[in-house]
Amino acid sequence: MSLFDWFANRQKTEPAIQPRPEREIADGLWTKCSQCGVLAYTKDLQANQMVCLECGHHMRTNSHERIQQLIDPQTWTPLYEGVQPIDPLNFRDRKAYTDRLREMQAKTGLTDAVQTGTGTIDGLPVALGVMDFRFMGGSMGSVVGEKLCRLIEYGSHEGLTVVIICASGGARMQEGMLSLMQMAKISGALERHQAAGLLYIPVLTHPTTGGVTASFAMLGDIILAEPGATIGFAGRRVIEQTLREKLPEDFQTSEYLLQCGFVDAIVPRTQLQKTLASLIRLHQPGSPPSAEPPPSDSNSQHHSPDTHAHLLPPTPQS
Amino acid sequence: MAATKTRPFLLDFEKPLCELEARIDQIRELARENNVDVSGQIHELEMKAEQLRGEIFSTLTPAQRLQLARHPRRPSTLDYIQAMTDEWFELHGDRRGSDDPALVGGVARLAGRPVVILGHQKGRDTKDNVARNFGMASPGGYRKALRLMEHANRFGMPILTFIDTPGAWAGIEAERLGQGEAIADNLRSMFQLDVPIICTVIGEGGSGGALGIGVGDRLLMFEHAVYTVATPEACAAILWKDASKAPQAAAALRIAARDLQELGLLDAILPEPASGAHADPLAAAATLKQALVVGLEELLSLSAAQRREGRYRKFRQIGQFQEVR
Repeated sequence: MSLFDWFANRQKTEPAIQPRPEREIADGLWTKCSQCGVLAYTKDLQANQMVCLECGHHMRTNSHERIQQLIDPQTWTPLYEGVQPIDPLNFRDRKAYTDRLREMQAKTGLTDAVQTGTGTIDGLPVALGVMDFRFMGGSMGSVVGEKLCRLIEYGSHEGLTVVIICASGGARMQEGMLSLMQMAKISGALERHQAAGLLYIPVLTHPTTGGVTASFAMLGDIILAEPGATIGFAGRRVIEQTLREKLPEDFQTSEYLLQCGFVDAIVPRTQLQKTLASLIRLHQPGSPPSAEPPPSDSNSQHHSPDTHAHLLPPTPQS
Repeated sequence: MAATKTRPFLLDFEKPLCELEARIDQIRELARENNVDVSGQIHELEMKAEQLRGEIFSTLTPAQRLQLARHPRRPSTLDYIQAMTDEWFELHGDRRGSDDPALVGGVARLAGRPVVILGHQKGRDTKDNVARNFGMASPGGYRKALRLMEHANRFGMPILTFIDTPGAWAGIEAERLGQGEAIADNLRSMFQLDVPIICTVIGEGGSGGALGIGVGDRLLMFEHAVYTVATPEACAAILWKDASKAPQAAAALRIAARDLQELGLLDAILPEPASGAHADPLAAAATLKQALVVGLEELLSLSAAQRREGRYRKFRQIGQFQEVR
């Protein structure tokens, strides 16, 4: 057998690079970037908040990881964990909704597609909601609506900034009209929060579409987005089907929305905590007026003189 | 046949009834020509037709109801406005660079009282439908709606919205102009308004595009109208991976007025004429007008703060879940 033949045979029998399943194996030692294909030691990647060390691509990160990335250690208090889904329509497609729920709960360890709670971000207390795309595509049913509403109402009552990390395909079809109405319900809670002079910041991550886009994702006083996230109302395929034409590559990306004027800034995940902290500080009722600007050199040095300022009822701005 | 001539858009399940009616007409014609008295027979057949109509319309499947709700002859927003109001002046434009013909609105006088009416507008025929984009509103439509609602609020005029859309328009331009933002803004803003708001689903309530003008103190729905989180076609394509399963999806999604009432989402179901609103639009308009006038009277007896609080509570309690401790 010539050397050439040996090579030819070897390629046939054992491909030099085994096709690796993507990050689905959560405890895999190595993770391949879905963008550039570079392999990274999973622990390093997690340390970099699942942002590819090579190309900067933002890979999916779940709600537990998000909370770790954003909230100061030991300050997270989960709220409304007891609010759990039922099957109000007795819905069954190819699978019963109750079975789907059980499977998702077993797979993710979550009760539904959002985690809600309080904690501090760089010392600043916030009411935080984090959607989890792994749980039925982050879809919004009664539980997502109720937990977010309670969170916003709690935030309004305690004078806290509300931050919601969005990741959702939209309303959950398995709960029919109850899901659609959650859009209005959450928007109503936000109306009260904002009318009270309190801050709400949604962070749009991949993907944020449908009923979530057409409600709380687009209602922020300030709207942030992660790089390269898909954000839109109608699904790309739906539009392609109706119009029978290919859509531009960057259509419905964070960058496209920034251009169109629908998000305020694109913030890399690794900068998110810092950005949120400085934005919240800038909007605190107790923060110094513009005549006395905060020190511009470092955010971390500028702590509100009264750390309980956030708990005071908001004072009307003159 | 005379009967089919007057009803060019015949739905499958209406056929047996239509055939029977045609037969009655035929017999009557024959009797007249030959000068025979068949009134007894005709009466019997008419009774039978009435019974058949009752059977058909009381046992509609969700998919059939969807067909009725989308019936090309079903009265539209402008039809109801024409039939109900004493005065009507249509207002155009969102003041942001567009006027969407798929969502119409204006000032009107209803039973002597000035009101603002707005709603999705489907077309009468193909040409009209193309112009109206089949009642699928663009961001400009939702922004026009908001502009008109704020106008109503400023002048203390109650707001009446009519919902009749397959959904908000899904297109490149709609996305570029912020379809999601436009709807979201309406949802939030409608909670702020002081004036009474009554929303009525007159035909097809399609998803976020319907809800975009659907936050009110009262939600009414015509007997054969539907209201759905996603069109059954889209739902079938996503959950069943097969668009032809739309009838199953229509049943599973619980889209009929009675379903919504059971879920606690509805304030009243408006009964339709025997063969649906399209069979007697004026009767349907009279029912609607009556319901709106009564509703407005109730709402106007409350203070603005009571209405806003009631509206918030109404939506706040929607949802079904369990609380585990």
